[in-house]
Amino acid sequence: MTDSERFDRLPATAADRSVNDRPTREDVCTWWSDRYGIPQATFDGFSFWERGNGKIWVARGTEPDPVAIQGLGMLALRTRGEHWKPTTNAVQRFGAAATRNVIALSPEEARAFIAGEDQELSWDGDWGYLIATLSVADRSVPLGVGLYVYGELRSTVPKGRRRELSPW
Amino acid sequence: MEVLERYRPIIDDFEAFEAACRRPLPKVVRVNPIKTTPAAVQSLFDTTGIAYEPVDWSDRLLRLATDAPGRTLGWYLGWVHGQEEVSALPAHLLDPAPGDRVLDACAAPGSKTTQLAALMDDRGRLIANDSNLGRLSALRSNAERLGLTNVAVTNRDGRELSFEAFSFDRVDAALVDVPCSCEGTIRKNPDALDRWSRDHVEGLSGVQKGLLRRAVRLTAPGGRVVYSTCTFAPEENEAVLDHVLEKEDCRLVDQDLPIEHAPGVTKWNGETYDPAVRRAARIYPHHNDTGGFFCATIEVGA
Repeated sequence: MTDSERFDRLPATAADRSVNDRPTREDVCTWWSDRYGIPQATFDGFSFWERGNGKIWVARGTEPDPVAIQGLGMLALRTRGEHWKPTTNAVQRFGAAATRNVIALSPEEARAFIAGEDQELSWDGDWGYLIATLSVADRSVPLGVGLYVYGELRSTVPKGRRRELSPW
Repeated sequence: MEVLERYRPIIDDFEAFEAACRRPLPKVVRVNPIKTTPAAVQSLFDTTGIAYEPVDWSDRLLRLATDAPGRTLGWYLGWVHGQEEVSALPAHLLDPAPGDRVLDACAAPGSKTTQLAALMDDRGRLIANDSNLGRLSALRSNAERLGLTNVAVTNRDGRELSFEAFSFDRVDAALVDVPCSCEGTIRKNPDALDRWSRDHVEGLSGVQKGLLRRAVRLTAPGGRVVYSTCTFAPEENEAVLDHVLEKEDCRLVDQDLPIEHAPGVTKWNGETYDPAVRRAARIYPHHNDTGGFFCATIEVGA
């Protein structure tokens, strides 16, 4: 069994922790809530797993711990490094409930963001990872994650997910 | 194309069949209900100038005028996934319920897997297995783009699969969409028949029998298994069913197919198959302007 095939379930709280530095379920739910205002109850019925170095996966339901398989739910969050970084896919799935650190893009800004481009934009809030949204079919739809620093929104859409949309 | 000549004795209106095989295939996308609704997708397509036409038997399938659905906003958002109309039949027939445990024995690259997960409302557990590690990465990226969290991915030979990593040893339902000679994809891949040989078909048939038998054994009594291929060869279709009906405790059941089709054949090249194989469905390109397909529904014995 290699590390890359093994999923370890996050402990519920720090008191349940057996591996130093492993984030807890409580840490993860609190982070989504503190950073983006996503209610912690959003994750009721889901389990969180670490595979590899600080990569946190989210899965519906649970499984025996640990479990050695190729995939379990979706990669949701990277917790190594000073600032935790959510994935494009997790933000698209769970980010519609966000109430803060959300930046609404115009269609042209969204097109550049989806293509992976950095762009100068004004933003009143703190620097860091923002959820970028676009109004589609009368709703605010999360597109992915942008890193806002120095007056610039840097798209973090992974290379394989970027698209030059045509037609729009 | 001359490969298909061998099916002249079993296909009605063979000239219409041949003509349909030469036409390009309409592009179809499936709406992903985990992230959106059919109405929102239609609104998005209207706004962005993408022409579409609903498929009459499912409000989640839309025929598109664009050749590149992969470059649309709906694709990026995981609101739609490209999936040929007939390819949407097996999951429709299996019709798993939210909360079920389901196996997709040959899952990559994941069109049917993600459809199963959507029918399960992203609840329960869907084991997506495939023996090909490279193709599993495509499956994973499709499942994640579509926002799914109930999928567990395994990389095993489906003929020797077990659920030892999990808390259960049987599933409620299974899809066995086997590797096949892909004759029915000729409209999408004009070179699909270039490497066709009788030996290749016979070799595939052996693998398919092993895959279906294993899936039947991994399904709880009373559970259902859907077997499907995208080929016309009876060696890969009715012969596989005939073998598994004889070796395992299971039976073929009637299917309520929403599109025109022909029954399974009971005689082929001097072989005779169990009469129950007539309950299987052969879908020819000239029937519904689709690709070619084969599907059968099995109920596992108590």
